[in-house]
Amino acid sequence: MPSERSARFEHREELELRRELLIEPLPELGLVAMDGPNDPAPSLVVEDGRVVELDGRREQDWDALDWFVARYGIDPEAAAEASALSDDELARMLVDVDVPRERLVRLSRGLSPARLARVVGLLDPVELMFALKKLRARRAPANQAHVTNLKENPALLAADAAEAAARGFAEIETTVGVSRYAPLNALAILIGSQTGRPGVLTQCAVEERLNLRLAYQGLVTYAETLSVYGTETVFVDGDDTPWSKAFLASAYASRGVKVRFTSGGGSEALMGESEGKSMLYLEARCLSLVRAAGSQGVQNGSISCVALVLSVPGGTREILAENVLAAWLDLEVASGNDAIASHSQIRKTAKLMGQFLPGTDFVTSGYSLMPRYDNMFGGGNYDADDLEEWLTIQRDWQVDAGIEPVDEPTLLAVRERAARAAQAVWEAFGFPPITDEEVELAVRCQDSRDLPDRDRAADVLAADRMLAEQLSGLDVARALADRGFGDVAEAIFAMQKQRVAADYLQTSAIVGPDGVVVSAVNDPNRYAGPGTGYALEGERWQRLQRLPYTVDARLLGAPEGATKVVEELHVSNMGNEPDEVVVAVGPAFGDALTETINGLPHDAVLAAILDGIREEGGTPRVVRIRRSSDVAFIGHDGALLSGSGVAVGLQSKGTALIHRADLQPLDNLELFGMAPSLTLESYRQIGRNAAGYALGRAVAPVPTVLDNYARAKLIVRTTLLHARETAEVDRLAPPVDLAPVAVGV
Amino acid sequence: MLDANRDYPLGTRRPDLLSSPTGRPFQELALGDDVDRADLRATPETLRLQAEVARGASRPQLADNLVRAAELASIPDDTILEIYTALRPRRSTAAELEAWATRLEELGAPSNAAFVREAAAVYAERGILAV
Repeated sequence: MPSERSARFEHREELELRRELLIEPLPELGLVAMDGPNDPAPSLVVEDGRVVELDGRREQDWDALDWFVARYGIDPEAAAEASALSDDELARMLVDVDVPRERLVRLSRGLSPARLARVVGLLDPVELMFALKKLRARRAPANQAHVTNLKENPALLAADAAEAAARGFAEIETTVGVSRYAPLNALAILIGSQTGRPGVLTQCAVEERLNLRLAYQGLVTYAETLSVYGTETVFVDGDDTPWSKAFLASAYASRGVKVRFTSGGGSEALMGESEGKSMLYLEARCLSLVRAAGSQGVQNGSISCVALVLSVPGGTREILAENVLAAWLDLEVASGNDAIASHSQIRKTAKLMGQFLPGTDFVTSGYSLMPRYDNMFGGGNYDADDLEEWLTIQRDWQVDAGIEPVDEPTLLAVRERAARAAQAVWEAFGFPPITDEEVELAVRCQDSRDLPDRDRAADVLAADRMLAEQLSGLDVARALADRGFGDVAEAIFAMQKQRVAADYLQTSAIVGPDGVVVSAVNDPNRYAGPGTGYALEGERWQRLQRLPYTVDARLLGAPEGATKVVEELHVSNMGNEPDEVVVAVGPAFGDALTETINGLPHDAVLAAILDGIREEGGTPRVVRIRRSSDVAFIGHDGALLSGSGVAVGLQSKGTALIHRADLQPLDNLELFGMAPSLTLESYRQIGRNAAGYALGRAVAPVPTVLDNYARAKLIVRTTLLHARETAEVDRLAPPVDLAPVAVGV
Repeated sequence: MLDANRDYPLGTRRPDLLSSPTGRPFQELALGDDVDRADLRATPETLRLQAEVARGASRPQLADNLVRAAELASIPDDTILEIYTALRPRRSTAAELEAWATRLEELGAPSNAAFVREAAAVYAERGILAV
């Protein structure tokens, strides 16, 4: 061993967490979560009905962001109301169930960015979660999926989009490796999503010009690519201004596209122009601007810079505070959790709980429906491998985080239908065919490596044709209707009609499977304490708790058709022979129960113990103890009957001990509590040792294996098996001698 | 006057108020041979109704955005993208932005025109006009 180092410290350095850098705050570079030393003191001065000072700066010193927020984002009347309240009072109102959300939203219109940041900064993590629950715009939370694959295979995109839709995701986002693919990828997830569940909104994250064209052709219904930043320098370096972004938002809305902006802590520091301000303050500027621009919502909570924010103290708390701010400003919140936050599973899930437990409009801005290999958004914080974890955690907390369990046959059917629908549209449009083999592999594969390569040159030509010929959502619907996919055709047509009504442009809008838009307008969050607001209960709770891999407890422990392996002879008497070793079994042994917890048949276990006893020179007698299911009493009662005073006690689940009559019941010679790790050889050795004790020999204890996970793995089975055994207990019944039933009889 | 609580979603509760850009009533839009892609867009009137809904739900900025959207609904894609580009930093002189504002007024988009003028004034202050 190295002389100077602790082996434990060295070992920990190799673990996942340490693959990331944790740093001391460096405020001058913007690497500070909140309350940065350079953040301005809040101020908001209104003269003659207009803002003239914002966070310590007079008009003549404003940058473009100040101008924009002051001009469009501040309500002078609300400012007057808010100025009468202290920071502490505002902070307490955020967590006061008796202060309605509407009042807080109104007050938020009168607060400067620095004041917003300061007030949420007063909340601790639990208060932030509570505020988020209270301030969320839509009553019920939802979730967004990411669907991509490295081969940009349309059948697989369609199948994955269908699965995402069937699992309850309200929005599905795709993107491209090669931007020319965008029309095809948008088409594939449009078909897939509407096959899986009508009403799901879809988007394809590409450059704005292309995105607008896709929107115009009715191939996508939302966009969240409008990034904003908290300093003017970064904003302008990003080749935009608040006005250009706001104009773009209006342009999307004019084409019937739902829009949310994107912002998040750490982006300014990453781009080297944080002005030495804290992440939360700069995000407060972004969010003030987002609302001023008239966006219905935002995806925020650091998003792609999450690992940078987590490098500084308070990073996880800062990200949650960002989400709370967005909700306070009455914005729809898609709360990140899409980019990989940490190598550490523990740490990234600890961060997730901040959004998962309170619930946000979209708990993630993109849950990777596919395995990480196929995620083209930079990995995916949670992916196909984690689906059952997510579903189980929802079940554990009784929390709806927007993903539904669906059984395998149902999903296979949905995936196949979507891939077939895509195949039909590709054929109708004269695109490079999707083969039957591709369909079959897309339905069942692990990832796109299992699929054949497509002719990419031909595919991008097809994509170009889609734009050139302006093939639209209507054309897609018609093609599907002509080829026997009438329901999918109707669903896609219904999405085109949604564009006519434009209801989904309102805050936090999603579309139900019945085609009815649900938003903060017609289904607002009115949480006002226990018993109000959204709760996971009733039919939905039943649905989210019935996971495909939950088991019927009543079927555990007693295999169908098992026959008993012992027969009862007569009431037991005291033994006289000094070499007699009693094997005392539990009330259900070999009868109501016929195997141990790790599946060893009772007859084999019994035979092994009897063989062991005989090998060592003892004479076995099998006795059933009926008055107790406790292994200590089973063993001790057996010992009291045993001619040698020594007995093996054996519960039906396999737990065993060696007991002696002169010991207290709860004492013993050897205890084998780890029934799952016992083998037939262990039972034989237990028999040998018992005989050894009976004959007064020196005995080496039976070696036992320690399995630290045995309890977690088997505690349910243990409980059920023990309950079954206990059900056979008859407190007044005397022990009976047993004889093994011969195998095959 | 719309009542956001009573009339929204318009598609389900007030389809009588909605029509396609070609004048077809919303309720008659169905997947058949006679429907056209041009039918499947929001009209400026519909976007104004949605602006009213937003205003009724106490969301004035979203309402203003939807008013701008209503004005842009009948303006061609290319023009919209040209204006967007013109609004990007250091793309336009003050005169060029003023020309876009005038053009927007001519196209029946007064809110957007005012928006561009406000941008131009700040761009001048902040030195992000084209030189």
